[in-house]
Amino acid sequence: MIRSVIVFLALFFATASWAVIETYQFDNELQQQRYNAFIEELRCPKCQNQNLSGSDSEIAQDLRRQVHSMIMSGKSDIEITQYMLDRYGDFILYRPRFTAGTAVLWLLPAGLLFIGLIIWLRLARRRVNTAPVNTNLSDEERMRLQSILNEPSSDKQEGAK
Amino acid sequence: MQRLKLFLPLIIFILMALLFLGVQWRVKNGEYSPTDLPSALINKPMPSFRLPTLDGGVFSAADLPAEPVLVNVWATWCPTCHYEHPFLMKLAEQGVKILGVDYKDDAQAAQQLLDEKGDPYFASVADQSGQLGLDLGVTGAPETYLLDAQGTVLFRYQGALDQAVWDKHFVPRLAELKTGAGK
Repeated sequence: MIRSVIVFLALFFATASWAVIETYQFDNELQQQRYNAFIEELRCPKCQNQNLSGSDSEIAQDLRRQVHSMIMSGKSDIEITQYMLDRYGDFILYRPRFTAGTAVLWLLPAGLLFIGLIIWLRLARRRVNTAPVNTNLSDEERMRLQSILNEPSSDKQEGAK
Repeated sequence: MQRLKLFLPLIIFILMALLFLGVQWRVKNGEYSPTDLPSALINKPMPSFRLPTLDGGVFSAADLPAEPVLVNVWATWCPTCHYEHPFLMKLAEQGVKILGVDYKDDAQAAQQLLDEKGDPYFASVADQSGQLGLDLGVTGAPETYLLDAQGTVLFRYQGALDQAVWDKHFVPRLAELKTGAGK
């Protein structure tokens, strides 16, 4: 009985929570935070869409070790980013720099939004212009309305003075 | 005009479908691989290194011969490298100079494999830590770099070399180097 309960409970263990592979030592909290930020922001070159923290590939392990050793040897964030860029290009950054090659990535969403806005505005304006005035007036009422509209109203003239 | 508007979604769909089919077609023909990365080293000098060789010596970037060479990153744990090996032997027989980079590997196992199946490399360096691989921007083995006589990286190929890849990517570049050198 106890054994089957243990087996049943074991099913609830998420093996994914053991995905963090290495443990690195840091001197202070800031270094740890920088390391975590880097492995979240840097993309694994071997994998199509995983960051360094999520990948167990050889190259991701090497790069994590490299980030750690560069942080521990006092390299700045800019130096570490440049080191990665020199070797793997813009691919390694999940937020690539703005260059001629990456301009389309940065500008396309805004451009599409702009085009969408223009189309939406134009459609909305047209709808206002062409909206039919729905009046449930009989012919008799319509004629009366017409005569009222045509006759010069004294109120109106007073108001215009 | 109103008619055309009715068909606009269909037209857009067809254009998108053609675009995707076109990409797919290029993948199928081997003209484009979504997993290939442009190397950040193109037209830059080969990173400097100084590593032990498999046969117990030392080899550094300065020891590279003053002629076009291939730098082949491989390892015994890499199945594609085993597949590629016979073609590298063929290239070596044709006189192509290949530097072997034994990447994150057991040097003894690597030397044993070269003893048994033949050694296509004029030199084999053991990159046990993967530091040279990191400097080269290696994403996995095998990878092959083409260097010119000055040690500048001209081209990087990810994956196994074979005759088709060689003819398509390396032969034209080598021919260009030769005519360039002849001038």
